Amino acid sequence: MNSMTSDGYITADGRQIGGKLMELKNITLRFGGVVAIKDISFDIRQGEIRAIIGPNGAGKSSMLNVVSGFYHPQEGEVWFKGQRRQPMKPHQVAGLGVARTFQNIALFDGMSVLDNIMTGRLKKMKAGFLSQAIWWGKAEREENENRAAVERIIDFLEIQNIRKTPVGRLPYGLKKRVELARALAAEPQLLLLDEPMAGMNVEEKEDMSRFILDVNDEFGTTICLIEHDMGVVMDLSDRVVVMDYGRKIGDGTPDEVRNNQQVIDAYLGVAHE
Amino acid sequence: MTDRQTPSGELRSIPALLARNVARFGDRPAYREKEYGIWQSWTWSQAADEIRAMALGMLDLGLQPGDHVAVIGRNRPAHYWGMIAAQMCGAIPVPLYQDAVAEEMTYVLGHCGARMVICGDQEQVDKVIEVERTIDAIDRIIYTDARGLRKYDHARMNSVADLQDRGRKAADRLGAELDARTAALDYDSTCVMLYTSGTTGKPKGVVLSNRNIIETARNSSEFDHLTEGEEIVAYLPMAWVGDFIFSMGQAIWSGFTVNCPEGAHTMMTDMREIGPTYFFAPPRVFETQLTSVMIRMEDAGRIKRWLFKRGMDVARRAGPSLLDGKPVSFGDRLAYGLGRIFVFGPLKNTLGLSRVRVGYTAGEAIGPEIFDFYRSLGINLKQLYGQTEASVFITQQPDGQVRSDTVGVPSPGVEVRIGDNGEVYYRSPGTFVEYYKNAESTASTKDPEGWVATGDAGFFEEATGHLRIIDRAKDVGKMADGTMFAPKYVENKLKFYPSILEAVVIGNGRDFCTAMINIDLSAVGNWAERNNIAYSSYQELAGHPQVYASIKDHITEVNKSVAQDPMLSGCQVHRFLVLHKELDPDDGEMTRTRKVRRAVINEKFADLVGALYDGSDSIHTRTEVTYEDGRKGQISATLQIMDVPVFGDAAQTKVAAQ
Repeated sequence: MNSMTSDGYITADGRQIGGKLMELKNITLRFGGVVAIKDISFDIRQGEIRAIIGPNGAGKSSMLNVVSGFYHPQEGEVWFKGQRRQPMKPHQVAGLGVARTFQNIALFDGMSVLDNIMTGRLKKMKAGFLSQAIWWGKAEREENENRAAVERIIDFLEIQNIRKTPVGRLPYGLKKRVELARALAAEPQLLLLDEPMAGMNVEEKEDMSRFILDVNDEFGTTICLIEHDMGVVMDLSDRVVVMDYGRKIGDGTPDEVRNNQQVIDAYLGVAHE
Repeated sequence: MTDRQTPSGELRSIPALLARNVARFGDRPAYREKEYGIWQSWTWSQAADEIRAMALGMLDLGLQPGDHVAVIGRNRPAHYWGMIAAQMCGAIPVPLYQDAVAEEMTYVLGHCGARMVICGDQEQVDKVIEVERTIDAIDRIIYTDARGLRKYDHARMNSVADLQDRGRKAADRLGAELDARTAALDYDSTCVMLYTSGTTGKPKGVVLSNRNIIETARNSSEFDHLTEGEEIVAYLPMAWVGDFIFSMGQAIWSGFTVNCPEGAHTMMTDMREIGPTYFFAPPRVFETQLTSVMIRMEDAGRIKRWLFKRGMDVARRAGPSLLDGKPVSFGDRLAYGLGRIFVFGPLKNTLGLSRVRVGYTAGEAIGPEIFDFYRSLGINLKQLYGQTEASVFITQQPDGQVRSDTVGVPSPGVEVRIGDNGEVYYRSPGTFVEYYKNAESTASTKDPEGWVATGDAGFFEEATGHLRIIDRAKDVGKMADGTMFAPKYVENKLKFYPSILEAVVIGNGRDFCTAMINIDLSAVGNWAERNNIAYSSYQELAGHPQVYASIKDHITEVNKSVAQDPMLSGCQVHRFLVLHKELDPDDGEMTRTRKVRRAVINEKFADLVGALYDGSDSIHTRTEVTYEDGRKGQISATLQIMDVPVFGDAAQTKVAAQ
């Protein structure tokens, strides 16, 4: 059970969770006549691992896209770091310190692992076109700094041996890890993971869980993730939002959610009389 | 070359040699490690500072003379430094195998009563914490990689950086005491304690003194004219005596550079970047390298394949003779020169072996084809024969007298004799002091005059004076009809085929020999790919009829060659099966140095052995397996058993029997 403090709470394993990093208020998202998300409110606090779960088609990915700023809800407000966020372009959101990975891996297949991760640092490179073209002065300095940062992430995720390998040649589990590396390269405050363990075997899932916990622990990154594997979600997250048919049917610690009748019904089905 | 005369009074410990190196080679690189994609490097002076800070930190934490300090982790400068720092405090470093599971570690840590444990990372720390539940001697854990350890209770745990900070702060207070303790080290104080992998029973702690290590390092460095200019790559387990002699003994005696790779998986890339001049590898590494070269050549285009074949033909003809300084015709010299430019020069570069001046292989027999392949490329690969109890060196091959079937002449300072039963005995300055807390084993291994039984059977070739090893003395047995049974001899022949990773030949006291085979997944997998054979698991591939057919061909070939040796022709393999799982140290089937444990296998696979002898065609079996994290599971499979043709006398016997 989490004990509350004046601003935030302390988790079962003794981590101090801070105030609200992001708050979503009464979000409704429609695609034409289809209501994907109906009046959902929840918050993501500084330093926590927040999960969004739900059966297929519950609207989880749509929700994550709202958080990332890719979708603009018709109704409701998104507050980030104490300010109301206006509709903006994805790169502007990235500039605010939000990074994400995708359900279907979105890497550059022909580029090396190193180059792929370097693209995550793009927002940090400010040298002009000319300076970059001749690779002199600021551009050189910047590249060295960014490379050093990327190397730390490579070390962190233990992918030194595939540094120079083209991504297209890697197995699925490693690609997922490279994607995480790229997201981390942006040094995000809020990291969004869309099904980080989909299609992985047990060992790969264990590795990935370890990395997610370590990222949270080592860099203090706030993490919001969508995941199907209930075991993984319950082990990893501090708080869980449960969605079904676009509505929020539960919100709380893994234990609270596990015992929530509505959640049980949504997952196990309920007899219609 | 700088002179390195016999250690005088003060050069009788590793810390003393370190101080000498600081004075003599202060600005030369002593250690390098690749981290964050860049080779970080420390000169002898810098390394000495780091080591001193660690030693002061250990002193501050209350390390006493005679305490044991365990080191568990991959090859990293900080771990080597930790061992020297422990010695400076008068303590004894005990490097352990990092892939050992907690259960195995419990025995060793309990046996030596380690008070301090240096761990490489969280994985090792977790194991030690588990061990602490049953053993309470450990009162401090030092770790090098802080990842994942933030939330751990730090009451009795420090990072290396933290330890060094502590040490630097305490320098004024404890400096004099540290110097006194370091000065008290002499030739007879313990340098290191290494646990033998033990093909039978519990591991034994081999106590090696400064005399053992330093004399051995000096003799062997002089034998191969090693200088401070050598570069080595430290990648073999730190718990293995070889790594201690090469990366610690010889490195500190000669003052050369120890390079630590980024991780086990980057080893090949790192080798290429460093280009070691002195290289040691067990035969398995050379085999794997050769297999991967051959696989890639088979995938290459026609022109490349032609070039490679022509180049290698020339290399095989002229290479070994050129290395040995024997006469070679002008035409061959010219062709070899061209080959070096176009074929084997680039190939050596790819393997990271361009600069190797001296290379050694030991531990197991190496296939003549493999050995000759490397020699023909112009790599001075030699064999040595040794063991932990001898501080490695018993015999080694001098330049110019290298052959694949001998292990060379006795190393400088080593006396070797053959016992009445064919067993090899030696006596040398490197001979170990004792087995820790095991006077009984010490007495049964080392006689009062200092002769040690190796447990290997062998003989000296009269013409050359080189030693040849036949087999483990205790493995050599007799078949039911009284002919000699030397399983290793046959197994080595089998293992020279790239598709066979491991072979276990059974037949002691039986009518005929049989074999259990482990396929090499990378070689057989690649072959399957090229032949459009689909498989989903190791087990399925191992049981594939075409795999069986090709293994049968290999065994037939081996039988033909075994049949030519009248003494051993009874060892031909009559029946075999391909195992459904890889033999694994985690399951106790092999030692950590990957030597087969026959007794365990005979017991564990008793049903399979039974089926090999009762004439059945297949057998269903269930086997327990241990995962890397120590959990256990079961796999079941139906294995086929196949007959193989035998030759010579053995064939007639069989016909007669039928």
